[in-house]
Amino acid sequence: MATVSNQVDTAATTAATKIDSERIRADFPVLETVVNGNRLVYLDSAATSHKPMAVVDRLARFMSHENATVRRGVHYLSERATFAHDQARSKVAAFIGAGDPRQVIFTRGTTDSINLVAAGFERSILKPGDEVLITHMEHHANIVPWQMACERSGAKLVVAPITEAGELDLEALEAEMSERTRIVAVTHVSNALGTINPVKAIIEMAHARGIPVLVDGAQAVPHMKVDVGDLGCDFYAFSGHKMLGPTGIGVLFGTTEWLERLPPYQGGGDMILSVTFEKTVYNVIPHKFEAGTPAIAEAIGLGAAIDYMNAIGLDAISAHEHDLLEYATAQLGAIEGVRLIGTAREKAAVVSFTVEGIHPHDIGTILDQDGIAIRVGHHCAQPVMQFYGVPATARASFAVYNTRAEVDALVTGVQKCIEVFR
Amino acid sequence: MNSTLNELYQEVILDHNRKPRNFREIAEPTASSEGFNPLCGDQLHLYVKMNDIGIIEDVSFVGSGCAISKASASMLTTAVKGKTVAEARLMFDEFHRLVMGELNPDGENHLGRLKVFAGVSEFPARVKCASLAWHTLSGALDGVDRVSTE
Ligand SMILES: Cc1ncc(COP(=O)(O)O)c(C=O)c1O
Repeated sequence: MATVSNQVDTAATTAATKIDSERIRADFPVLETVVNGNRLVYLDSAATSHKPMAVVDRLARFMSHENATVRRGVHYLSERATFAHDQARSKVAAFIGAGDPRQVIFTRGTTDSINLVAAGFERSILKPGDEVLITHMEHHANIVPWQMACERSGAKLVVAPITEAGELDLEALEAEMSERTRIVAVTHVSNALGTINPVKAIIEMAHARGIPVLVDGAQAVPHMKVDVGDLGCDFYAFSGHKMLGPTGIGVLFGTTEWLERLPPYQGGGDMILSVTFEKTVYNVIPHKFEAGTPAIAEAIGLGAAIDYMNAIGLDAISAHEHDLLEYATAQLGAIEGVRLIGTAREKAAVVSFTVEGIHPHDIGTILDQDGIAIRVGHHCAQPVMQFYGVPATARASFAVYNTRAEVDALVTGVQKCIEVFR
Repeated sequence: MNSTLNELYQEVILDHNRKPRNFREIAEPTASSEGFNPLCGDQLHLYVKMNDIGIIEDVSFVGSGCAISKASASMLTTAVKGKTVAEARLMFDEFHRLVMGELNPDGENHLGRLKVFAGVSEFPARVKCASLAWHTLSGALDGVDRVSTE
């Protein structure tokens, strides 16, 4: 399959050449999978990314040679495990620009992180008549927890609109911020549309009114340099499994002030300083929010994923993925009958599309016959589908291990779908 | 197109997808139900009108879904019209075994043209698409107004 490299030599393509695809792909043995006689073309990293051997090996080494629980023993293994777990927390803090590792709460993932904050707001902040402001492009993980918190507290869920291109309408968003707004919860990058939102500007707007902001960074942290200090957000949530790390581990960053203020999420071991039947004294942050034995190996594996990403360089990763995004957008957009869903000016490595007369599910099946894995469906963002009047879309998403040749395979596959349905 | 894909997307299926039969509401149905496939967002509403002696006089559907689920709903309506409830249930049972690969389409059965769905058994992820309309019909006949394939 020919790659088109004789395109304009933009900054993106120049930087993209810094990625040695061959070498990187060798770190991901799963990419050698053969599906129906074809080499796997994995374009579903927004759902979950693959894990490099560095992460797999780190998990295996912990479980085979270092396994012990953390913060509960004085023995050798336990101290080593505690050290490695703390080190992973520090790596996360440095990676996202958190000033203090204690601002990093380990959770099960983005969903868990957002539920933690929503539950805390429900118990200690939200009163009847208060408002929670989200946007029309949120993942269900940043809708349903707030809906539940509102239902139980009597607060109201307010939704800021999006434009036809799939961007936030900042003026409309600002107009929805009122003296009753208790929190703004907004995605950094939309998983269904690829839109990169100007979260820094949104945070400034909200802070000018004294409103805290939670940012859903599930689709941002894997693909671009994120600095929570620079953004100024109050909470930032993301998942390990979308950023080359293991499942079962995620992060909630919170400012010290907010984490001190919110009540604990779950009760149990590790989150206490002392327990009597009359009264329990809660532990300090971050432990206050980490009840029970944590996902230890997974946290350490996430640390290994961060090391791996740092070794390649976030700028190189972003540039490479951006090149694939632009290439795919141009190639798919040129096919008659293809409608791109989400045409924001600033986008990350996601291309959502529909093909006239063909349901995305059928596209998924036909592509799968050639070993091409994409996501079809509503992407846990049904309100986005409703906005565009489609039941579902097909979505290709890219990671550092993808290549232009794989985009070519996708384009050929989509043309084949059109043939089948002609 | 490879042959397994050919088996799945037979001309009859593509035709029913393009021009679904009985794609309309029934004003005063005897029974109706809504079927969901949460995995892919497929959703259809099925209407049944029975006559006094328990024969399905009219059956129709509206909704959205992939080619397989739409064609299956369309062909369901043409297959069960004029049948008794017991006959429709028997067809569902055979249809379900067909798409699961547990029924030989060439053996004795009551499927008629529905046999074109035999190819679905090669695509486990699509079994729910093919059977959504049938589950919904079964729900309507049992008085369940909401059916999910999950
Ligand atoms: C934007 C966004 N938010 C939240 C989530 C939920 O992440 P997880 O399922 O890892 O908790 C996802 C993942 O699908 C996502 O893309």
